[in-house]
Amino acid sequence: MHELGIVTYVARSVERVAEENGIHRVAEVVLEIGEVSGIVADYLIDCWDYFRGRYTALSESSLRCETLKAVTWCDHCKKEYPTVQYGRVCPYCGSERTWLLTGNECNIREIAVWDEEEDDE
Amino acid sequence: MSEIRVIEIKESIFADNDREADRIRTRLKEEKTFLLNLMSSPGSGKTTTLLRTIEALKEEIRIGVMEADIDSLVDAEKIAGTGVRSIQLHTGGMCHLDAGMTEQGLDEIGTEDLDLVVLENVGNLVCPAEFDTGAVKNAMILSVPEGHDKPLKYPLIFTVCDALIINKIDVLPYFDFDMEKVKEYALMRNPRLEIFPVSAKTGEGIDAWCDWLKGQLRDHGCSGFV
Repeated sequence: MHELGIVTYVARSVERVAEENGIHRVAEVVLEIGEVSGIVADYLIDCWDYFRGRYTALSESSLRCETLKAVTWCDHCKKEYPTVQYGRVCPYCGSERTWLLTGNECNIREIAVWDEEEDDE
Repeated sequence: MSEIRVIEIKESIFADNDREADRIRTRLKEEKTFLLNLMSSPGSGKTTTLLRTIEALKEEIRIGVMEADIDSLVDAEKIAGTGVRSIQLHTGGMCHLDAGMTEQGLDEIGTEDLDLVVLENVGNLVCPAEFDTGAVKNAMILSVPEGHDKPLKYPLIFTVCDALIINKIDVLPYFDFDMEKVKEYALMRNPRLEIFPVSAKTGEGIDAWCDWLKGQLRDHGCSGFV
């Protein structure tokens, strides 16, 4: 539902980085998406393909999403476990005093750019 | 010949928004204006609760209201009836407000002569929780008909809020809503959450909520409280 919103933030951030580094053409943008962030990677890519045209530097770029595993910490027995498989209740001790350690991220990891230094000026 | 080069960024997509939100908080601190971000699902009684709150506080505090809606002026017209300054923010189809939109709203409403600005966020328990608006404090309303299991289903919003208003307690006899359970679930996600059971319809519990709000304004250094 808010994938288009996210894409606008990604595009703005990448455009800023491109400008700061004197980059004219971005080839690829790589995101890291947490497994339980609620963000649907396929929608994100569709939105990107629609939205990238608004930015000259991004108009030919593709978006790639990598998944980050969700891990939960149990505060009762001090162990970690995979969130998607077991949810909120600790599989070791049955406690509900658990916190998500990773899995809610949405990071811009890196961008790949065409190096055109020699073409400049 | 062009070659491909990789530039590492490693930054949350929310980083820009978070920086903007911090800037808004600094500005509000200087202006001694308190911004409350009020969130809830649609139909929880957000506007009615706000009308009660305005009624209780408007003699002592200069209040402004920013109504965020995807479209329409329905809520803004109701608020305008109370005589406090209000504006309507349209998110243009987006499911949340971000710091940039909030800042535009603050500029439009004019904050210099206001003690309290309430931002009535889009009715939604998911997306608004992820975007810091720059508010000094966040509050949410959960209403009895929605059920006591919401803190388990939408944990993030309970984590980012400072206050939880449980509205429509006048209809408690007709629902299988467990007040103790909802408190337990909410505090499990956020131990420092302040909880206020109210009925915006009858006015029950509104005093305790308003006292908390006044305490927050005092801590923020709003005029009339120092």
